[in-house]
Amino acid sequence: MSIIVDQNTKVLVQGITGRDGSFHAKAMRDYGTQVVGGVTPGKGGQDVDGIPVFNTVSEAVKATDANASVIYVPAMLAVDAIYEAADAGLGLIVCISEGIPVLDMLRAYNYLQNKNIILIGGNCPGVISPGKCKIGIMPGSIHRQGNVGLISRSGTLTYEVVSSITQAGLGQSTVVGIGGDPVKGINYIEVLHLFQNDPDTHQIVLLGEIGGTDEEAAAEYIKKYVSKPVFSFIAGKTAPQGKRMGHAGAIISGGKGTAADKVRALEQAGVTVLDRPDIIGEVIAKSLRV
Amino acid sequence: MKIHEYQAKDIFEKYGIPVNPGRVASTPEEAAAYASEVGKTVVVKAQVHVGGRGKAGGVKLAHNSDQAYQVAKEILGMDIKGCTVKKVLVADGVDIDREIYAGVTLDLSCKKIVFLVSAAGGVDIEEVAATMPEKIKKIYIDPLLGMRDFQARQLAFELFSDPEQNKAARDLFKKLYKAFIETDCSLAEINPLVVTKQGKLLAIDAKINFDDNALDKHPELMALNDPEEEELDEIDAKNNGLSFIKLDGEIGCVVNGAGLAMATMDIVKLFGGEPANFLDVGGSSNPQKIVKAFQLLLKNKKIKAVFINIFGGITRCDDIANGLISASQQMDIHLPVVIRLAGTNEEKARQILSENKFTAYSKMEDAVREVVALAKGEQNVNNR
Repeated sequence: MSIIVDQNTKVLVQGITGRDGSFHAKAMRDYGTQVVGGVTPGKGGQDVDGIPVFNTVSEAVKATDANASVIYVPAMLAVDAIYEAADAGLGLIVCISEGIPVLDMLRAYNYLQNKNIILIGGNCPGVISPGKCKIGIMPGSIHRQGNVGLISRSGTLTYEVVSSITQAGLGQSTVVGIGGDPVKGINYIEVLHLFQNDPDTHQIVLLGEIGGTDEEAAAEYIKKYVSKPVFSFIAGKTAPQGKRMGHAGAIISGGKGTAADKVRALEQAGVTVLDRPDIIGEVIAKSLRV
Repeated sequence: MKIHEYQAKDIFEKYGIPVNPGRVASTPEEAAAYASEVGKTVVVKAQVHVGGRGKAGGVKLAHNSDQAYQVAKEILGMDIKGCTVKKVLVADGVDIDREIYAGVTLDLSCKKIVFLVSAAGGVDIEEVAATMPEKIKKIYIDPLLGMRDFQARQLAFELFSDPEQNKAARDLFKKLYKAFIETDCSLAEINPLVVTKQGKLLAIDAKINFDDNALDKHPELMALNDPEEEELDEIDAKNNGLSFIKLDGEIGCVVNGAGLAMATMDIVKLFGGEPANFLDVGGSSNPQKIVKAFQLLLKNKKIKAVFINIFGGITRCDDIANGLISASQQMDIHLPVVIRLAGTNEEKARQILSENKFTAYSKMEDAVREVVALAKGEQNVNNR
């Protein structure tokens, strides 16, 4: 098993005729993902390397039985794409688009509540269950099927850690990049819950960064509900107060959201917090040998 | 994006929120002219993008135009927390009876909009929140429903028993919410909102921060952008698709991805170095971005060595290598450069680099050790 996506996931690509959309549609399909169709308004009837293109998501769902969507449209159009995917009844929406206005995302977040839809992102690398399904922009080749579940707010930092896990001779059950925006879909707690209940996930890695209090909330949850070993790294120990470190969500303001607060909360919850990300694979491997 | 008080007051006025009149001035003469026009006490306020102006001496009363001239002369050019005062707002003095706090922002933990009011206005609201949280009334607003009348009433009855003032407050709170939503703010704040001796409500200060991601929807707001000097490099970087924050250390960092960029700074520090900056070259890999990155780094004379740390996903390592080669051809990179590459097109990049007498590590640890040693003036720690 794995969480969120597997070999039965059928994916639509919203924005499939764009530069990123077409490139990643092909890369996902090459990885083995069932990419069943794409959507670009006005380009229905065309195809991208054999993948059929539709004008609307609902039309595409009817024709393909898709159950998931991935969004590669410009930021100002991304929230409408989320609403359209939700309206068409898709249970998983992965939004890659970066730079979505916060209030627009806040409305979408509230709209999706109690609708039994998983939204991942925006501004995220996506989700991958190695060997089964990859939805997003991560390089498939660094992954390997295995038993470490990984949750992260960042993209390339996740690749660094995935690669360290693979090089240590281990692999990943599922890797979920939840994104770097202050308001986003699925968060640490929901993913922790899924990993805790997934028999194929034996260890969990939680990658965090400065800003907000999501890691602290995750620590509370881990203390109460997670019995599997959790390993963590928090980026941004050297970040100054009041400056946004790239991600819209990565800012220490009013003295809140510091790396030290997050590390303390996680350690109190029994999490092994490391001071560098590149050794996480080795540390997990070592923990298995003793 | 932050804007000045006088700009925020203009926006409030457009939404019908009463503010005390005033005029922005960039010379003592202009300040004195306004004071003599109004013929009564004015307050001269530094216009900078940081809080704590009053404590820093950037807000002063003047009872006539001579005093306004003097006070403006003192404040203009003053340094407040690293920001140089280039403009002052000369605003009409107000007879204050009560000072209230009113602000709208996002509550990220519950994913709602939160409207805060407090009878303890005029002071640092974060301090009130920390020491006397019971003095702040919060209302959570569902962004899909908007602010309802009953919510405005809940806030108003917390503060005002006088029916006239209560009604004025309800009206004002709804206007503040409207301004917050329609201009895509991350913060809209009146501190203090005063009740004058005549019983009228008046915003005598105004603070607005806009959501940077939403500025494309509001081109008219971009005209309000007046970056502080220290932010100029950051804005130059942003216009070139980079995300850059200057720090105090001696190791310049060039990284792809915000999370890895922060982690790189942390590891440099862990191995005994000091990062000179945060620099994220972003997802797509245009070689020109590396050239721009070097232009920014070379401006900082404190930098002793440069660390390029790339984990290719969307970013292709060969594009980064080509960018470095063109940077080295276009400018004199007199600093040692340590490169670490992994991921997409790593081998191709290594070949390009070796043809141009650069070498790249694949393990981050080895590269960090080398760059920290080079910044300290040591050589060849890894014996290569």
